[in-house]
Amino acid sequence: MTPRITAAVAGRVLTQIRRDRRTLALLLVLPCLLITLLWWMFEDTPVFDEVGPALLAMFPFIVMFLVTSVTTLRERSGGTLERLLAMPMGKLDFLVGYALAFGAVAAVQAALAVGLSVGLLGLDVQGPVWLLLVVAVVDAVLGTALGLFVSAFAQTEFQAVQFMPAVVIPQILLCGLFIPRDQLPQALEWVSNVLPLSYAVDAMTTLTETTATGDVWSDLAVVAAYAVAGLALGAATLRRRTA
Amino acid sequence: MVNNAVEIHDLHVVRGRHTVLEHLDITIGGGVTGLLGPSGCGKSTLMRCLVGVQQTRAGTVRVFGEEAGSRPLRDRVGYVTQAASVYDDLTIAENLRFFARVLGVGKDEVDRVLMAVDLGDRKDDVVGRLSGGQRSRASLAVALLGSPDLLVLDEPTVGLDPVLREDLWTLFHDLADRGTAVFVSSHVMDEAERCHRLLLMREGRIIADGSPAEIKEKAGADSVEDAFLAIVRRDAA
Repeated sequence: MTPRITAAVAGRVLTQIRRDRRTLALLLVLPCLLITLLWWMFEDTPVFDEVGPALLAMFPFIVMFLVTSVTTLRERSGGTLERLLAMPMGKLDFLVGYALAFGAVAAVQAALAVGLSVGLLGLDVQGPVWLLLVVAVVDAVLGTALGLFVSAFAQTEFQAVQFMPAVVIPQILLCGLFIPRDQLPQALEWVSNVLPLSYAVDAMTTLTETTATGDVWSDLAVVAAYAVAGLALGAATLRRRTA
Repeated sequence: MVNNAVEIHDLHVVRGRHTVLEHLDITIGGGVTGLLGPSGCGKSTLMRCLVGVQQTRAGTVRVFGEEAGSRPLRDRVGYVTQAASVYDDLTIAENLRFFARVLGVGKDEVDRVLMAVDLGDRKDDVVGRLSGGQRSRASLAVALLGSPDLLVLDEPTVGLDPVLREDLWTLFHDLADRGTAVFVSSHVMDEAERCHRLLLMREGRIIADGSPAEIKEKAGADSVEDAFLAIVRRDAA
C-alpha cells in the first residue's frame, strides 16, 4: 500500500461524486427527507424515539452499499480497473481509497441526519452525539466493503442493484427494527447475531438510551471487524489476472 | 544484457472451451512492431499477456527480463485497452492528474502528454462528452505518462479521422526513435506499412513475421492485405 496512491484514489472518487450533483443531492438530502417523513408519521407517539436510531444506522449502510457496488462494477467493466492493476497500484490502495472517500461522504450524510434528528426533530440521545457519527461512518465503510465484494459477482449494473434486496433487506428485517432481536424465533435470533447491521443498530439504540458507552464500543468493534473482513473479501475478488 | 523488450515462449491461452493462443514463441525488440489480424484472432489476448492481466495455461512472457505484470514493470509499460479506459465523469485533465499521481510522475507530464495527443485545448472537457476518437486519444495520453519503455496499444487508431491517424503513427515513430518499444495492434491492413516489423496473426497463431517488404516479397504480393490472403490460402492448401 502506498499512501500517495490511496489518497489519489480517494480524491478521484470524491471528485467524481462532486461532479455528479444529482447523486450528491440524493446522498445527502434523501436520508433527511425520509427521517422527517417517519417523524411526521408518528407525531405525538414515542415511536420515533424507538426507530430513529435504527434508521440512522441503516441509511449510511444501504446508500454506501448501493453506490459502491455500482461504481466499482463500472470500474471493472469499463477497463479502468484493469488499467490500474497494470500500474503500480496495490489492491489495498484501491479498496482503502474507496472506503476513505465513501466514509467521508457518510460522515457528512450522518452529520446532517443526526443534526436534523437530534436538533430539530427532538430525538432523545443520552450518550455523546459525536459517537453516533462514528457509528454511522463505520457502518458506511461496512456498506462500502460489502458493495465492493458483491460487485465482483454482478455482470451488469442491473444485477448489482438486485444484490441490494439480497444482502441488505434480510439485515433490515432482522436488525431489531420490527421486533426486538431477543423475541425472534431462536434460529432467526442466531442469524441476526451474525449479521453486522444488528450490531450497528444496537450501538445506535444504546446511545439513545443510556450514557454508558462500553456496549457501544464493543458493538462498534464488531461492525468494524465485519468491514475489515468485507474489504479482505473484496481484495480477494480483485484479480490482476483474469480469464 | 537484455536485447529484446519482450520474450514469449510457448504461450498457451485457453478461454472457456476455446484455444485463443496456441503455443506462441515471439520476441519483440525496439521500433514499431505491428500485430495485424482479423477481429477475434487473439490480438487483444496477446496484448493482455504482455501487461500481465491475462490468465495463461502455459508458457512464459518476459518483459525487459522480468515476468510480465510483475511489480518492477508496472511503471515501465504503458497499456491502452480497446475500450477507452478513462473515467467518463471526469475531465481529461482530471483523469491525467489522477493517473499521474498513481504513477508518481509530476504535473508537467500531464501537459506534455496532452500536447502529444493534441488535446491541449480540450483538457477541461468532461470525457463523457467527447467524440470516440477524442476519448481514445485521452486513453492513449494516460499510457504515455511517465514515458514508459514499452507501449502496448490495442487498436489505438480505430475510428479516427485519417489525418489524426497519420499524426498518431508519426507519434509512435517519434517514441520509437527515442527508444520506446511500441507494440501496436490493428485490423486495418493499410496501417501495416507504417510498422518496422509485422506479425500477422490468424486463429491464435502467428502466420508471418518480418518487415512489411519481406512479408510482401515472400508471399509475392503487392500489399500486406494480399500477402495475408496468399499466406492463408497457401497454409490451407
